[in-house]
Amino acid sequence: MSSSIENIETEIAEEFDLFDSWEDKYQYIIELGQKLPVLDEKYKLEENKIKGCQSSVWLYSYAKDDKVYFEADSDSTFVKGEIALLIRVLSGQKPQDIISTELSFIDKIGLRQHIAQTRANGLASMIKQMKLFAVGYQAQKV
Amino acid sequence: MLPDAAIEKKTTFDPQRARKDFPILKQTAYGKPLIYFDNAATSQKPQSVIDALTKYYTDYNANIHRGVHYLSQKASQAFDDVRVKAQQFINAKSEKEIIFVRGTTEAINLVASSYGRKNINADDEIIISAMEHHSNIVPWQMLCEEKKAVLKIIPMNDDGELLFEEFEKLLSPKTKFISVVHISNSLGTINPVKRIIAKAHQHNIPVLVDGAQSVVHTQIDVQDLDCDFFAFSGHKMFGPTGVGCLYGKLNLLEDMPPYQGGGEMIQSVSFEKTTYNEVPYKFEAGTPNIADVIALGTAIDYLLSLDRKAIADYENELTEYASSKLKEIEGIRLIGTAKKKASVVSFVIDRVNALDAGMYLDTLGIAVRTGHHCTEPVMDRFKIPGTIRASFMFYNTKEEIDALVDGVKKAIKLLKK
Repeated sequence: MSSSIENIETEIAEEFDLFDSWEDKYQYIIELGQKLPVLDEKYKLEENKIKGCQSSVWLYSYAKDDKVYFEADSDSTFVKGEIALLIRVLSGQKPQDIISTELSFIDKIGLRQHIAQTRANGLASMIKQMKLFAVGYQAQKV
Repeated sequence: MLPDAAIEKKTTFDPQRARKDFPILKQTAYGKPLIYFDNAATSQKPQSVIDALTKYYTDYNANIHRGVHYLSQKASQAFDDVRVKAQQFINAKSEKEIIFVRGTTEAINLVASSYGRKNINADDEIIISAMEHHSNIVPWQMLCEEKKAVLKIIPMNDDGELLFEEFEKLLSPKTKFISVVHISNSLGTINPVKRIIAKAHQHNIPVLVDGAQSVVHTQIDVQDLDCDFFAFSGHKMFGPTGVGCLYGKLNLLEDMPPYQGGGEMIQSVSFEKTTYNEVPYKFEAGTPNIADVIALGTAIDYLLSLDRKAIADYENELTEYASSKLKEIEGIRLIGTAKKKASVVSFVIDRVNALDAGMYLDTLGIAVRTGHHCTEPVMDRFKIPGTIRASFMFYNTKEEIDALVDGVKKAIKLLKK
């Protein structure tokens, strides 16, 4: 059975507690980005693209057994690292849980101060899109 | 403009002394000494400018040109003095030719909206260059859309230099206005604006010069340039944000309709008929940005207190130094290699995303800008999504550039795909 969103968020927050500097956190996120499984080229479609000011994200989703799964890619490795974290938290969760989560881990790991100031990497639009997919799957169920 | 020889010459300018004027530079970022290389976006502020703001609000805050009282007179005097300072700073003929605006963007919008709406008609042509900031593209596009006029673009070569002969070919009886950037914010190219203006004037075409980047790095003489309009922002020349100037030749300004309506810009108002105030007040509706205009005056004082020739030489030295060091790194391509350049080094790294590299440099306390720098057509021209841009000011040092070069090398090691 998969872990709850909240539990995974706590896990991530604990991992990030090990780093005290922004440089170390950055490097860890880059590492996550480099390890993110490659998104199949066939999903790199214009319709799956979220265009940020400085990076593009391709987000693909599907539902299986009442759960929503995400795969994604970006031209920025840092953004891929962020995607890896979001996927770890949200992929495989129930639509309702995805819709209602506030993703407090972003604040807890100190990421918000580095991304909120810039429209650059489109994390906010990524989250919004993930939630929209969840809303879509939720609606299909009813 | 800087003579070529200045690039070679070593200067005796002391950046450490200049740094003392800028309190923000003393701080650390993430525990590391802050290295500020985002000067083309905005300059840091000397203590005197910060003090001028505090002093205004502490000692003589009042609305201007209306009050009969002590504070209002003091504030009005300080405000009016800056118009004269700005006039002398760019060597305008009359202080009436200085209009206070929010910045370069508003200055260009004012001209497009007021001069443009009055003088541009269907099928007329407006010329801009391939290296304009979005703020010198979109207002003209909006005007062209409204008037069914046509926007023409002066192309550039692979070094990021405008092709003058192509510009000449664009000129026709249909050409009614030219708006061109003096120094490119994304490439650093210094454009031959004086030559462009002279050529345009042979055909009686007015020219606006976007001086957002040039006003701090070169000495501006609008009479020598003979430009018809010149736009600049205060915050890129040590002044506060939200204030800038539009220079316009008096005869043109007098002939232009107001930009916005409200107080200050009127002579008398009745419901039947309103008569407008004279230039420059006609273009300054409402309570102006008094505090920031006054502090802009202090920024001008600060700039004029410096040896500007020595500074320009030193900034050229920094630019040359950074370019040569970065060029040596494998996989780096400089974007913008014009012969005449100022204070901007833009580059891309093979197989390294610019945003990732910029964020990595940030972890080291180095502030650069990444992306398209509001010049998307420039990026399209070079077929790149964006660059990493380091832009220098005289308070930067070669040691800081060494740290940047070192950081870039580390970024490549970490990020290369």
